[in-house]
Amino acid sequence: MKQHIKRTVKDILTHRFLNAVTIVTFAFAVLIVGAFGLFFINANHTMDTWKKGIRMLVYLKPGTSEAARLDAKFRLQDIAGVKEAVFVSKTEALTNLRELMKNRASLLDNLRENPLPDAFEITIDPSVRPESGMSSLAERITALSSVEEVEYGQKWVERFTGFVNLFKFTGYGLGCLFFIATVFIVANTIRLVLYSRREEIEIMRLVGATDRFIKEPFYYQGLIQGALGSAVGLLVLFFIYLSMVNQVDKGFASDLISLRFFDIGVILEIVLIGMVVGWIGSFVSLKQFFR
Amino acid sequence: MNNHAEKTDKNAIIRMFHVHMRYDAKHALADISIDITKNEFVFITGPSGAGKTTLLKSLYLAQPVTEGQILVDGMNLSRIPKRRIPFLRRKFGIIFQDFKLIPSKTVYDNVALVLEAMGKKPRLIQKKVKSVLRVVGMEDRAQAYPLSLSGGEQQRVAVARAVAGDPKIILADEPTGSLDSQSADTIFTLLEMFHTRGATVIIATHDQRLIERTSRRIVQLEAGRLQSVADI
Repeated sequence: MKQHIKRTVKDILTHRFLNAVTIVTFAFAVLIVGAFGLFFINANHTMDTWKKGIRMLVYLKPGTSEAARLDAKFRLQDIAGVKEAVFVSKTEALTNLRELMKNRASLLDNLRENPLPDAFEITIDPSVRPESGMSSLAERITALSSVEEVEYGQKWVERFTGFVNLFKFTGYGLGCLFFIATVFIVANTIRLVLYSRREEIEIMRLVGATDRFIKEPFYYQGLIQGALGSAVGLLVLFFIYLSMVNQVDKGFASDLISLRFFDIGVILEIVLIGMVVGWIGSFVSLKQFFR
Repeated sequence: MNNHAEKTDKNAIIRMFHVHMRYDAKHALADISIDITKNEFVFITGPSGAGKTTLLKSLYLAQPVTEGQILVDGMNLSRIPKRRIPFLRRKFGIIFQDFKLIPSKTVYDNVALVLEAMGKKPRLIQKKVKSVLRVVGMEDRAQAYPLSLSGGEQQRVAVARAVAGDPKIILADEPTGSLDSQSADTIFTLLEMFHTRGATVIIATHDQRLIERTSRRIVQLEAGRLQSVADI
């Protein structure tokens, strides 16, 4: 084992250029997949943040008594998925509306009576998934006797849900495609290395080397190239990320988007996957070469 | 060397029985039957295209025969599974006209490769490589790369590589074909030395000067057929 690793390192140093080409190819592949992954986790993170901002408005029936209102509040708070229920009286609602309308608030002066209903503004627990949980939550709330109507931007949530699903499936699909593409790119690069060294391999065979003896350093090379290529790709991605963080911080979107990089566990996973891809690449090309 | 028609020799290390090798309709080897005994020194000679290289290649299964049987040190080559071929080749030390050294490896690493492939321990490899390089007079050039050496020096390294694994048989295919006469003499002397140490040596050559230098058995091939087996 020690001897094989020594041979591998010697081989890599001897064939620096070809190995560098493979490592750079790897780095590019990891950079592309990594950039996509980073975009994916950041978009997910941003969506989570936005999700937390979803509110539900529960309008009470006209003439609901103080006692019924209090009862409704307790009942609402008991429902799973409701984080907080804040009562907004019709008077408060009108005041808020006046503030929102600012210059045109005078229009409201002509109203003979306040047309707005009493309502509860509900903060949703972040664990409720907008794509599935919101409608069932709304149904349970509507079932309460004093509740007239529930509004939570159904259309918006539906569109948001559709977008999340599309994004998720596209993500998985592209991830798989990139994985396969990377294996093929790496396999082809390693095949190039093998072809450039076919004379050497032939000589090894003539002097009595087993196929296993010849192949082993290529497997180790695949693993090392995978690890180094992934590390280089991630490093480049990190610098790109840093420059983007600077841009976002300076720009208008800093309140809406907060960027983050892969955590250490994910980084290790990517390097490990890189090594596996390197190994598979070696395996595929060696299998064809030694057929 | 005995013609197979004569009595079989239990000391034979190589036995060929009615060996044929055809490429399409052409015979590269036709009905070759010979025995080579242990520690023999044999020349295989004949004009270009006579089948000298093909005969050597058939011995280490670089080109399997199309008909007939070959036994090498008790191994029947027609029954040997693919995975055992490397072990057959370790019985041979092979020297090529074009040296076949790996240009990206140093002289030391080229020689060490054979022993590494055999799974020898690093300490033993170091000792053995130094020893064979000393014998062929290339100890000082151990860290040089093949392409920086002269033809004669490269062939000396090739000889060192061929003998590093202590093979029973040394096959040399036109070993002096691309060398000046002085280098050729050195290589031939080295081959004779390894012969005196116990190896069976088979040299394919059409270099008459080399053949006449010493009294050895000669296998004469012509158009793939055995023309004569003679002692000089």
